[in-house]
Amino acid sequence: MYQYTQDDQTLIDERVAQFRGQTERFLKGELDADQFRALRLMNGLYIQTHAPMLRVAGPYGLLSSRQLRKLAEIARNYDKGYCHFTTRQNIQYNWPKLEEVPDILAELAEVQMHAIQTSGNCMRNTTTDPLSGVCKDEIEDPRPYCEIIRQWTTLHPEFAFLPRKFKIAVSGALHDRAATQFHDIGLHLVKNDAGEVGFKVFVGGGLGRTPVIGQVIRPFLEKKHLLSYLEAIVRIYNLFGRRDNKYKARIKILVKEEGLDKVAELVEQEWQSNKDSLELSNERIESIKAQFAPPDHETSADLDGSFHKRLQENPAFATWVQQNTVDHRVPGYRAAFISLKAPDAPPGDITDTQLDLVADLADRFSFGEVRSTHRQNLVLTDVKQTDLFTLWQELGAAKLATPNIGTATDIICCPGLDFCSLANAGSIGITREINQALDDLDYLHDLGDIKINISGCMNGCAHQSVGHIGILGVDKKGEEWYQITLGGSSENEAAIGDRLGPAVAKDQITRAIQDILDVYIKQRQEDESFLNTVKRVGITPFKEQVYANH
Amino acid sequence: MQIIKDKKITEDHWQFVADDQDIPQAGDITVSMSRWLNDKDALVRRGGRTGIRIRSTDQLEGIAGDLAGMPLVELDIAMFGDGRSFSQAWLLRNRYHYRGEIRAVGNYLIDQIFYLHRTGVDAFQLDESRKPEAALAALNDFSVAYQPSVN
Repeated sequence: MYQYTQDDQTLIDERVAQFRGQTERFLKGELDADQFRALRLMNGLYIQTHAPMLRVAGPYGLLSSRQLRKLAEIARNYDKGYCHFTTRQNIQYNWPKLEEVPDILAELAEVQMHAIQTSGNCMRNTTTDPLSGVCKDEIEDPRPYCEIIRQWTTLHPEFAFLPRKFKIAVSGALHDRAATQFHDIGLHLVKNDAGEVGFKVFVGGGLGRTPVIGQVIRPFLEKKHLLSYLEAIVRIYNLFGRRDNKYKARIKILVKEEGLDKVAELVEQEWQSNKDSLELSNERIESIKAQFAPPDHETSADLDGSFHKRLQENPAFATWVQQNTVDHRVPGYRAAFISLKAPDAPPGDITDTQLDLVADLADRFSFGEVRSTHRQNLVLTDVKQTDLFTLWQELGAAKLATPNIGTATDIICCPGLDFCSLANAGSIGITREINQALDDLDYLHDLGDIKINISGCMNGCAHQSVGHIGILGVDKKGEEWYQITLGGSSENEAAIGDRLGPAVAKDQITRAIQDILDVYIKQRQEDESFLNTVKRVGITPFKEQVYANH
Repeated sequence: MQIIKDKKITEDHWQFVADDQDIPQAGDITVSMSRWLNDKDALVRRGGRTGIRIRSTDQLEGIAGDLAGMPLVELDIAMFGDGRSFSQAWLLRNRYHYRGEIRAVGNYLIDQIFYLHRTGVDAFQLDESRKPEAALAALNDFSVAYQPSVN
């Protein structure tokens, strides 16, 4: 993975010093609440229901074991012994003290980490496919480009005060596992007719209150023009994006109101006048690529027979392998997901002892690295098949081996009313209830690939509008109600879910989800997935069932 | 009045003349872009020098032809969260090749001085919340940068 140079380190150290000064000025009354708000957000610091919340950047989801141990230490020393992984591959602490945040940032800087631009109206952490570099359907590893973008976006002097937040995601595989079409800019590595690899550029996607699928602004962009083209888009957005209404300030609204053609024309003009000054040299691309070279895989890892014997002997292990691991491009290796969706734990949460364990397991079995995923789990990407059994046992002992990756209990969930000052309704409690209702593993696995996303308000942090089943908490006269959508997807065939009907009451929502799953079981043809069944039969059968009972 | 100019604390005498005030015959002044566009001929005939104060909503194309020899362009930052002025500074330097003074005025934070300077602003209006020494220090908040800009 990318290792900081002296300049990288200097920059984050200076950022810590700057933020320490800003915090002191606020505590002394020299900065008012609004001024400090804009500055602290750009360092990931929110003021929440109970305490501040600090969001730490996980650059494109890649973390070393050393960094995990530091996250554990911070959870222990400055928080309540746990932290939380977000849908954008970042890490959140829910209970830090405001005056200790500069110290936390200084500790993070010791392991090449920071909280720069994890919030605020600026360019955020760039996200990507957690299986980058190991998946079989990859055109090219996107991580070097993520790192190039990370550097370019970090403390960009011109774009620190955009109309609204700005998110970039990059996918290098055929299968989009990074929800790129729901980002302000989505980049797909693609091969053109001449066999050259470049980027297909999407613009104007986004979730939140107004979910919009991104549109292609440029079908093929040469790699050397990556930064100049991004700069042109962001400059046009900075100059012309709406600033009169924060709910209409994202680039998706600019694209919607002005039209893609008009925005594309402005971007093209801007780009033509600046594209040569920001060209990426081949040398630079290659030097960053070298930092993401594959680790030294064993060439005969697939020859070991013990793995297959274990699979036959131990059905529980076989189930976990089937559900929580995926193929690797190197024979004899697999990528093993670490489920942060144990039935009784809030989705995405992990304790300090679990973090330390994952760090040790990463060192022993996966070259010292771990990735966080869009669906709020972790993955060890380079595990030898021989090591999977031990890995499974040790993860299981720490409640990190629930075999539910990609199933209906692998729920994306926001902090909801329990922690967040914006929320209208609880989300963690609903997740727990659904887990309890779906505790039969055979049934869960029979249901197959179902993505349930639950947000506690229309800001949609848990991306409910692109869940196969989306649940949105709403406030009705002081009570928590839930709207259901069906058929959303953040993958290649991006879709926004259709609303099933009126919101249902809190004590009815789990029953409604069970009804939906029952209808699926009845309606599906052979191996048809939930999403395909919804597409084929439409929402009416689901609607009839849910509202017949309530 | 003191300002920061070219990384030094400097005495300054430029006056902004609002649209509803009379134009003085002498002295160095700045006027709004609309006044400049309406009264350009009269403004250049007067005794003192004239610069333009640009709001973040103004389009620079309108004054593109007037920038050669213009002594001062002020970027009026009405709200510190309005980042358009940063792109305006960049465009003035890179697109319009403006070489005169660009001064940040209005409601901006000391914490933005480093960024403003990088995008091409070389002078800074001071006030109660932006004291000269602190503003000078803010020019050196960072010693490294990842991306090219003007400075």
